[in-house]
Amino acid sequence: MRIAPKAIQTFRDDFTYSNSPGAIARFPFPFPEDEYRYSVNIEPHLTPGPEGSVYEHLFDIDEHYLSEMAERNLVLQENPKRCLAMPHMDLACWDMIERVMVAFATDYPEYFALTREGNHWIWENKLLNQRDEFTFGDSSTLPLPPMEYIGRQVQGDFALLDQREGDLFMDAGIVTCPADWSLAFDAGMSFSEWHGPVPLAHEMGVFDRALKYLVAIPVGRPVRRLNWTLTINARMDTSPETYPAWGMDRASVTPDNVGEKVYLRVELQVLDRMPRSNALMFSIRTYLISMQDLVTRPDWAKRLHRVMKTLPPELVEYKGLSRFHPTLVQWLAQFDPAN
Amino acid sequence: MSHSMFEVRVAAIEEVAPMIREFCFEPVQGSLPSFSPGSHILVEMPARPRPYRNAYSLLSDPRDARHYRIAVRLQERSRGGSRFMHEQVQCGDNLRISAPANLFAPYWPAKKHLLIAGGVGITPFLSFLPEFVRRQQNFELHYLFRSQQTGAYRDSLRQGLGQALHLYDSSQGQRCDLHALLARQSPGTHVYICGPQSLIDTVTFLAQELGWPRSCVHFETFTAAQPGQAFSVELARSGQTLAVEPEESLLEALEGAGVDLPNLCRGGVCGQCVTRVLEGAVEHRDAFLSAEEKSRQDCIMPCVSRAQGHHLKLDL
Ligand code: HEM
Ligand code: FES
Repeated sequence: MRIAPKAIQTFRDDFTYSNSPGAIARFPFPFPEDEYRYSVNIEPHLTPGPEGSVYEHLFDIDEHYLSEMAERNLVLQENPKRCLAMPHMDLACWDMIERVMVAFATDYPEYFALTREGNHWIWENKLLNQRDEFTFGDSSTLPLPPMEYIGRQVQGDFALLDQREGDLFMDAGIVTCPADWSLAFDAGMSFSEWHGPVPLAHEMGVFDRALKYLVAIPVGRPVRRLNWTLTINARMDTSPETYPAWGMDRASVTPDNVGEKVYLRVELQVLDRMPRSNALMFSIRTYLISMQDLVTRPDWAKRLHRVMKTLPPELVEYKGLSRFHPTLVQWLAQFDPAN
Repeated sequence: MSHSMFEVRVAAIEEVAPMIREFCFEPVQGSLPSFSPGSHILVEMPARPRPYRNAYSLLSDPRDARHYRIAVRLQERSRGGSRFMHEQVQCGDNLRISAPANLFAPYWPAKKHLLIAGGVGITPFLSFLPEFVRRQQNFELHYLFRSQQTGAYRDSLRQGLGQALHLYDSSQGQRCDLHALLARQSPGTHVYICGPQSLIDTVTFLAQELGWPRSCVHFETFTAAQPGQAFSVELARSGQTLAVEPEESLLEALEGAGVDLPNLCRGGVCGQCVTRVLEGAVEHRDAFLSAEEKSRQDCIMPCVSRAQGHHLKLDL
């Protein structure tokens, strides 16, 4: 059965966010092995992927669409700097508009429609009750700047990387649900610069190899990888800008509330070459699942225990888990027969 | 790689210089992907006994992707690809091409762009120029050719560029003083070279002599599309022997024979496909193994690397 968008839930204050059984079943559990180490975990994002899975389409829309769009609106109201595009990225933003609209209209025709007569485009987003007519490529014909306009209609964060000199530069993006990094801070940085804080991986050569691969991605052959961390409460916006609002949550985990407090946060990252601008689009689609929902799958519960137990201390520290990691491992142990 | 090839129809063929033909492709189905200035495509030619696959720059205006145009110079000593294009391909034929990829994009923040083209090397610049004009970039094009063989598109370039165009017809003894040309550029200029290897070598050498930063010198390379030589591979455990054709990777040959290796990137970076080598020398083409691992010659990344000689024995 296909997942349909449901009424708005919250990712802050009263945290009404929840996953249906269908959403749990399709959760992209990111651990193929009992130990997790950094690696160049990139693979072709061939679509259509398995029906109903998060890999079926270029962009995944699920039951949280309306909730995430409402949350994005709140974040942008509080801080417009969470969306930015340097002037030379205008064409790349239009590339992204085309990619999103064409993919949505093809993959989700019940929710979206696109009519194109030359450069005259008509776009209908039935989920947000929106209908716009504009001239493709002419930013003055849109109600919002192009990155914000399209970013407010698609789940997940986006960065558009300008490719120069065999390197990538973070010159545009809309980032309202990051796992503790800041677009305003990283803006204009190169691939190895914005990855600066990541431990171990630089020395392992992970980033050098990844970059070589990324700059060679051709049009129409997107690739993907998964990344993960843990978040306390179903909070989408764990950004440095709002740290005071969520940093202390980490101290609130007790053996009794692990199940409802701790969420596995998985990012499905897709890298896709933009045809006109040669920019690379990086989409970060975030999925949250509470420990109590996760352990309904005994294989996931057992594996997560082993992954957490053997996680290198550098990663525990970098991912911000130090405060509650021992409590979590102890709690997960009950699901692992080897203990 | 094969899953990304799609069919186009040859809509027109035109002789644009004595040895250069232009091919115009139109979509068989739907529309063609848009592309950025400096993009190229792979064209697969259905030759016997095995197809050729060559890379060609797209030379049309990137804002108009209704058609793709490429120019093919007849290479006397070619592997056969250019001869096939000149002699076998007819208007109305269907060919398979890849989606565009770009390894030669302009560096937009440059203060000035200095383009140096040799012969058919003019082609990638033809996709730069309309965008340079639209974005009001500061540029010069220096075009070296032999009018008896090459020199395509001179008239349309003259009309469009005026002062920014400099022509050198070596059939008439006209030479370009590359040293003087580079020496008189102001800092912040980026130079782009496309043409014969000798031209690329000369310009990069002169630029280095004159103290240009390496990052300001760009040249077109098609390393991604380099095929190799045929070789045979023996699988120690199963006792099978397979032939690897020039146009296929070792990984593809193994898969074709039902030997499935772990793989992710199929581009020599992820490390998944690493395989132990028991005999034979490896031509390493990956970015995964360290220099030291490569020199040991005891493993190979079959998605990109090949045999140096005619034979390899693998621990499979
Ligand atoms: C080009 C697109 C990419 C962008 C925009 C991007 C962005 C980021 C950012 C902003 C961070 C957080 C760094 C911080 O702590 O401030 C990060 C972390 C990381 N990135 Fe990337 N990244 C990209 C591609 C990749 C690729 C292809 C890999 C493949 C190996 C990779 C591997 C990692 C790893 C391992 C981390 C640490 C994550 C963790 O442990 O939670 N990134 N990335
Ligand atoms: S498949 Fe990634 S290195 Fe060969």
